[in-house]
Amino acid sequence: MTNDVRRHEDPKPTAAALRRPDAGAHAAGAGKSSRHRSRPPVERSARHRLVVGWLFVLPALAFFGAFVIYPLITAVRYSFYRWNGIGASVWVGVDNYVRVFTDPELLISIVNALVLILFFTVIPVASGLALATLIRTMPPGPFATIARTVLFLPQIIPLVAAGIAWSWMYAQTGTINTILDSVGLGFLAQSWLAGFGTALPAVGLIGSWVLTGLCTILLLTGIGKIDTSLYEAARLDGAGWWREFVTVTLPGLRQEIAVLVTITVIAALSSFDIIYTTTKGGPGTSTLVPGISIFRLAFTQSEVGLASAFGIVLLALVLLAVLPIQLLARDRD
Amino acid sequence: MAHKSIRPGEGRRAVPSMSWRPAATVAVALSGLVLAGCAPGSPEASPTSSDKVSLKLPSDKITIKIQDEAGFPVTDKLADEFTKQHPNVTFKVVRDSFANLTANAPRLLASADAPDLIRLPTMGDTVKDGLLTNLDPYFKGYGWDKFSAGQLAASRMSAKGVRGEGSLYQMGLGYSVTGIYVNQKYAKQLGLSGAPSTIAELERWMAKAKAAEILPVQIGMQDGVGTFALQALINQYGDKADLVDWMFNKPGATFDTKASLKGATTFKKWADAGYFPSDVNAINYTTMVSNFQAGKGLLMFDGNWDAAKTDKAMGEGAARFVLAPPAADGGAYVAMGAANSFAIPAKAKHADATAFFLNWIHTDSKARQIVVDVTGASPGGDPSQALPKVKDGSLTAQALAASAKVGSDDGFVDFMANTTAGIYAGAFQPDEQKLLTRRMEPKAFVTAIQEYYLKELAG
Repeated sequence: MTNDVRRHEDPKPTAAALRRPDAGAHAAGAGKSSRHRSRPPVERSARHRLVVGWLFVLPALAFFGAFVIYPLITAVRYSFYRWNGIGASVWVGVDNYVRVFTDPELLISIVNALVLILFFTVIPVASGLALATLIRTMPPGPFATIARTVLFLPQIIPLVAAGIAWSWMYAQTGTINTILDSVGLGFLAQSWLAGFGTALPAVGLIGSWVLTGLCTILLLTGIGKIDTSLYEAARLDGAGWWREFVTVTLPGLRQEIAVLVTITVIAALSSFDIIYTTTKGGPGTSTLVPGISIFRLAFTQSEVGLASAFGIVLLALVLLAVLPIQLLARDRD
Repeated sequence: MAHKSIRPGEGRRAVPSMSWRPAATVAVALSGLVLAGCAPGSPEASPTSSDKVSLKLPSDKITIKIQDEAGFPVTDKLADEFTKQHPNVTFKVVRDSFANLTANAPRLLASADAPDLIRLPTMGDTVKDGLLTNLDPYFKGYGWDKFSAGQLAASRMSAKGVRGEGSLYQMGLGYSVTGIYVNQKYAKQLGLSGAPSTIAELERWMAKAKAAEILPVQIGMQDGVGTFALQALINQYGDKADLVDWMFNKPGATFDTKASLKGATTFKKWADAGYFPSDVNAINYTTMVSNFQAGKGLLMFDGNWDAAKTDKAMGEGAARFVLAPPAADGGAYVAMGAANSFAIPAKAKHADATAFFLNWIHTDSKARQIVVDVTGASPGGDPSQALPKVKDGSLTAQALAASAKVGSDDGFVDFMANTTAGIYAGAFQPDEQKLLTRRMEPKAFVTAIQEYYLKELAG
């Protein structure tokens, strides 16, 4: 974590910083301006630098092309066919896309994924903010370190393992119900993953549990970057903790929050492991999400075309949700 | 993405041209690739024909490659024994989890280094796409017509994709039978002996258990395993041929029958009466079995594949295996049973030797013993051939006897889960979950299953 902070403050120009002379100007702008006022040697060195830069990028670009761009293009291609993945295929135009938007079962999975944003994004970011503010006020020492470590632990547990462990805790005789029993709330005890009304919040909360640690740590790092004199100034002006939080902490964390919202919204929309290990989309279709539907379409029902179309729709959905967040965070800079 | 976001720091005017040009280029390139690229997949294929084959084991050194599921060690033992008898043949067995194997099977079959023998639970489009070796010549050559036709029916498929007719494409390494496991401790306590002779008597057993505050049926629906119980009812309530036609996708066959409706109604009645665990929708197959073995429940609908493990977990004599009873006293037994089916890919390099191996598994007494010892399943083959020896009184022995009884009644039917590739996870599992929790009526359930079936067949 400290590495991150140091990288921001490091005065030594990195390759990225060279191509981005100041915070606002981007590579294209920089290139253009240098061409305008350039003398031949400068131009040569700039061009040389550009070639070297591309050489550095090339390996990563090759991998990106082979494992991201190429599969993406093939998926788009598949999405216009009815195809079982092996045999002959039939061109069906946009039929697969029409099916994605008319099949009630596939639509339900999209709605469920949108509900999951509440549990994967809103709850972790909100509780991450609260916890980070709390830990910041703690005197540095073993307790703060332990708190930070414990909060971050869920992040290093594989989601599959988390799913299985939580499904035991949610069971009829599991930990959750035992706790409810012991505090006299036994009448609330039920099988959380089996209930039509409780299953989606139950799996959603597993996501909250996993992601809260990440949010807390990242926000804590962000708070560490905020100039402490701002807090002092606020306090001198007689601000309470709430005022301090709203005027200093929140604006200072805008970038971190944007990153977290992006990551967690993607995690919500593309969730698969937790659902697959706990409910497999049930009961009924109450926890069905696009990840499960696509997996079933492609690998159980061998409908590769329809699965690809749904995958592309999911991609569009993710971009639709994430791009505004990115723009919002950038424009205020 | 990085390219799209490049734009000058100042000068808003430049934004559109700078940010849209790369995006437009990408879009044009994409659509060009999409349209120019020819259709994915292989050209139109047809099922493999029955070519001339050799029934002799080659004498040169060969290695037969087997692709099997994890946790299913019977192929290892059979391979060892076969190599002992025929030292020129060695084996290479590759394993993957059942879920991975079923998902990847079509791609493994189509690959250049396809295995010689593969565990293939559902044939799907593989016959139509010409990926499997037609076993008809071996069927004739080795005289497999002496084997139980019912056990092999599900392994046949016509050129139109209807199962149960046409050429043979699979053989079983053991043939399963499903029934009901009975916890003996509770049975004695409740004074229940023998096997229930009718569904009504089975219901009286459940009611007695319920009254004594013993869970009548240990069952789960998280992953749809409870479908065993539903089908045990549907099997008995009508002409099983109707159900079989539907499972084999015969044109015009339907699930919307009186038998299905009656089965779903009884199934729901049991759930409403509290004969099932209250968290039935959270229990999956593994949990169901371990719960029953831990003494939770009088009955469990399950197959013979758990016989040996249950004896080991509960101790011999602690549980019994009985067949699901007929609707009326003296009726014929009908039970789900399927081959642990294996197929020879069309691209197999040693198809003849592998077919010889399959025939050996069904006829060699040592091989048959291995099948029974390891899987607890019936070895299939010629019914007149002596059955392998098993320990008297063990669950495996009871299951083998049950299997023979169903065989003599010609009562084997396939599992409803195998009807189409997606129907189990896409319709049975979610809709039974609703049926068992008063969210769906039996009539709506039957209609929903048939609708899903039609939708999936229409592709």
